[in-house]
Amino acid sequence: MKYQSQAVAKPYFIAAIGLFIGQVLFGLILGLQYVWGDFLFPEIPFNVARMVHTNLLIVWLLFGFMGAAYYMVPEESETELHSTKLAWILFWVFLVAGALTVLGYLLVPYATLAEITGNKYLPTMGREFLEQPTITKVGIVVVALGFLYNVSLTVLKGRKTVISWILLLGLWGLAIMFLFSFYNPDNLVLDKYYWWWVVHLWVEGVWELIMASIMAFILIKVTGVDREVIEKWLYVIIAMALITGIIGTGHHYYWIGTPEYWQWWGSIFSALEPLPFFMMVIFAFNMINKRRRDHPNKVAALWAMGTAVMAFLGAGVWGFMHTLAPVNYYTHGSQITAAHGHMAFYGAYAMIVMSIISYAMPILRGREAANSEKSQVVEMWSFWLMTVAMVFITLFLTGAGILQTWLQRIGDNPLPFMEAQDKIAIFYWMREVSGVIFLIGLLLYVISFFVGGEEARLDSKGASATASPAMRRTDEV
Amino acid sequence: MSGAFTKTMARNIFYGGSAFFILLFLALTFDTSRALPQRDNRAVITEQVALGKMVWEVNNCIGCHTLLGEGAYFAPELGNVYKRFGNSEEAIIAFIKSRPKEGVPGRRSMPQFNLTDEELEALAAFLKYSSEIDTANWPPNIQG
Repeated sequence: MKYQSQAVAKPYFIAAIGLFIGQVLFGLILGLQYVWGDFLFPEIPFNVARMVHTNLLIVWLLFGFMGAAYYMVPEESETELHSTKLAWILFWVFLVAGALTVLGYLLVPYATLAEITGNKYLPTMGREFLEQPTITKVGIVVVALGFLYNVSLTVLKGRKTVISWILLLGLWGLAIMFLFSFYNPDNLVLDKYYWWWVVHLWVEGVWELIMASIMAFILIKVTGVDREVIEKWLYVIIAMALITGIIGTGHHYYWIGTPEYWQWWGSIFSALEPLPFFMMVIFAFNMINKRRRDHPNKVAALWAMGTAVMAFLGAGVWGFMHTLAPVNYYTHGSQITAAHGHMAFYGAYAMIVMSIISYAMPILRGREAANSEKSQVVEMWSFWLMTVAMVFITLFLTGAGILQTWLQRIGDNPLPFMEAQDKIAIFYWMREVSGVIFLIGLLLYVISFFVGGEEARLDSKGASATASPAMRRTDEV
Repeated sequence: MSGAFTKTMARNIFYGGSAFFILLFLALTFDTSRALPQRDNRAVITEQVALGKMVWEVNNCIGCHTLLGEGAYFAPELGNVYKRFGNSEEAIIAFIKSRPKEGVPGRRSMPQFNLTDEELEALAAFLKYSSEIDTANWPPNIQG
């Protein structure tokens, strides 16, 4: 660790992993409820479990992004964080607020939670992914502002790099777009129109800036490739992300009461949305091939390459599959959407957070650069188990979605929703089995942190020896 | 990527491209706002419909159902439920009222929300309003 204050990233990463486990456990409950309808009913109905599942996802990714920023920004800026104390205070505020919100979901009926948190004074609850009580939303804004103040001042007082600048841009965008969650008009069409300004412009907009900058940071560190080259790629990738993604919002405006020209705008631009993800694959593999050092943290490089590939498959390919309006007419709101959602979130965002954790955590724990070979092997197993399990979850949900679409919307005698669901139950069972394997992978991931052995060192493998001192430039580990 | 294509050019594409498409998106949003009154059925949004939307939200209906295709995929689409139930608000109310407290053994079941008559009527009015939004003929058929 170059700067003492980077250490504050550690609790953020630990919290992220803890909440991730919670997310997956609730995912298993949901998967089971799909085939065992009254499982945990009426104690934990599906809607409550789903809210916990998706909200934990958002919160652990935010913990991951914040941890990433606290780790990256001092190193990029070559200066200590503006205030370590503030980072610690905000950590506890965010964790306690998040825990209280989840407890609120689980312990009282949602309507009661709305009542006691005063939702009627500023109604924002009860919309997908934005289920948090209004006071929790205010808390998120306060934490985000404190966090942005902290990292922005750090960037301003130190070296300004493209990576930290793009990261900041993404994080500010994240906070600003979240403000639309406070706008909840009675008009359902307007409500939905601006709801997407949070949801779409997060995951297919500003979050991609965060993801790309974390990827660039890791690639500089593990490959030693010249910063100028990596930054040029970074600009091109995020340019493509925003050029396609902003108008790409239109693929959500086909069937919600908005004008029909959105079918053209949405189809054309969102068909181009796989491009930045494809470029990220080329980018990651190119940089690794051109590496000037053999970094001992092999598993971090594996996560980075895996992120690029899985983001391209999940967000790019599975997104494209149902993004054209004539296709989407039949698949909208089916299990196809769920398939895409799972692989895209895992590939793009869960994996980028695990990439930076994998790179930074050994250093935060006092190692020179990497965990022991033994620990890395366990972590690689967890990588493959989780990733392959997610591929199968996606395939089974896709199978379910194709059949559902056929039975309920295309065939000669369209079946009612529940009859169609009964006919595709086998796919839900197989999805649940894949989910259990995913959980095993995740537990193995946690175990890898406790596997000892002699740490892999920079020099032991003739690491930086391959690069002459003149070529190594400024970016050491 | 090397040679003639410089980092400055890449940066300019990012800023220029983003700015252009943000402005285009805002222009389309402006045009959409002008076109919406003909499509979004706003004329019938009464206080009752607004209350119905609130009932919809504070019971987290979107956590199981879809509404105009958005939400969870565990329970039927409700954007057209008014039409599916034979253009009847009474049928919607009767369905919600009759959900068994302890569920149906082995089956998915909607919870019993214990809504008041006022809330039930408002919710049904909200679902009727939703079914009359011009959704470009989505869903493909009455099953949603």
